[in-house]
Amino acid sequence: MTSTANMTNKEEKTMIEVKDLKKSFDNNHVLSGIDLKVHKGEVLAIIGPSGSGKTTLLRCLNFLETPNAGTVRISDISIDTAIDLKKQKRAVRDLRQRAGFVFQSFNLFPHRTVLENITEGPVIVKKEELSDAEKRARKFLKKVGLANKENAYPSALSGGQQQRVAIARALAMEPEVVLFDEPTSALDPELVGEVLAVIKELASEDRTMVIVTHEMAFARDVADRVIFMADGQIVEEAPAKELFSSPKRERTKKFLKKILQEQH
Amino acid sequence: MIDLLLGSVPFLLKGTAFTVGLSAGSMVLGLSLGFIIAFMHLSPSAFFKWPAMFFVSFIRGTPLIVQLFLIYYGLPEFGIRLDPIPAALLGLSLNVGGYTGEILRGAINSVDKSHWEAAYSIGMTPAQAMRRSILPQAIRVALPALGNTFLSLLKDTAIAATIQVPELFRQAQLISARTYEVFAMYLSAAAIYWILSTVISRFQSKMEQRSNRHLRAS
Repeated sequence: MTSTANMTNKEEKTMIEVKDLKKSFDNNHVLSGIDLKVHKGEVLAIIGPSGSGKTTLLRCLNFLETPNAGTVRISDISIDTAIDLKKQKRAVRDLRQRAGFVFQSFNLFPHRTVLENITEGPVIVKKEELSDAEKRARKFLKKVGLANKENAYPSALSGGQQQRVAIARALAMEPEVVLFDEPTSALDPELVGEVLAVIKELASEDRTMVIVTHEMAFARDVADRVIFMADGQIVEEAPAKELFSSPKRERTKKFLKKILQEQH
Repeated sequence: MIDLLLGSVPFLLKGTAFTVGLSAGSMVLGLSLGFIIAFMHLSPSAFFKWPAMFFVSFIRGTPLIVQLFLIYYGLPEFGIRLDPIPAALLGLSLNVGGYTGEILRGAINSVDKSHWEAAYSIGMTPAQAMRRSILPQAIRVALPALGNTFLSLLKDTAIAATIQVPELFRQAQLISARTYEVFAMYLSAAAIYWILSTVISRFQSKMEQRSNRHLRAS
């Protein structure tokens, strides 16, 4: 699976491909054999109760969590966990550069300014010239609506602003996919909207994105396709509108009923 | 008596020069050693980890004066004969290395895992993550304890008097033996140590302020 030379056209259109991905923590099976494909330009939302494995799945996609078995391909980088990951360190880093990651708790570099947070990856990892990186960083800052904050430190920003900087930081690496791990869960309710608006705008640009979220209305409006996970498995998978309007599985119906009651 | 005191000034200044030189030298060498010890201790490999743990345990578990005597009086039995100043520099550096190694290790460990993940998520190597994200944050945490260690170091250089290093305390001893101005000489030495300590303290708070500037709301 490490060979990427002879891919067919059809496979090229699949940006993310996961095969039989397994992950357990101390005999506790968090992911039991996940198969997943995400097409280029597709926005996939992953929903499910807490403990369903959705965040673990997302973290396995860029190897922040080490899967116990299975393969992950993102764009042209494929990693088979049957081969010792220590021998694939380079491939893991290359894969991470292709997959921007937005954390629930932002995880900005606290000792660097907003602009430095965004230029850090391009300059240190991609060895770009600082002036070029700064130019692009300003472009992304403008995009997330924080052009006037480039010299602020993260501690001086609200959670919503920090998350928008984190999104700009991910975009600055020019990734081919962006992974969002509950990007609004750590925010005060009044700050959720500004972050969702930014993600919505990215979705309209035909970016390939995977979003783990509890915001059902957002998932319905923004995602092309939705996956419902429970107990480490994909229970149901359908176009967004369809999954929310006419879920097929009992488990999905129960979950949606419960969560929609809570959110309205 | 005034003449006596004035006459002692050059000797005290000479001693002060040795004290400052010894402190500064041990601080630089000791801190460098401290980084090496910290990284060894954090290594998953027992080959690096165990010697570091053993070293830190020995340095922190034995008196500095015994360590200096081992080096200056003990090593000659094995044909390793060091002059007083190199012996003191070696002993003090090893001592500071043990303490700062432990301080830096704790500080690096105190940086939350999420900061490693943020660095990894943009494709950094572990070394890049350490250098660009973890260490700058760890050093901020370590600064107060490092400052205290350097303050202790300055005062501990007086122990080098016991192995014939002509530093400040040794000069005060020599002059008071010659002139019988015991109280005045030791008080002068104390005053000089005090002034030097104040300088280190001021430097420490400046560094802490600088390292905390990102926490001030702008």
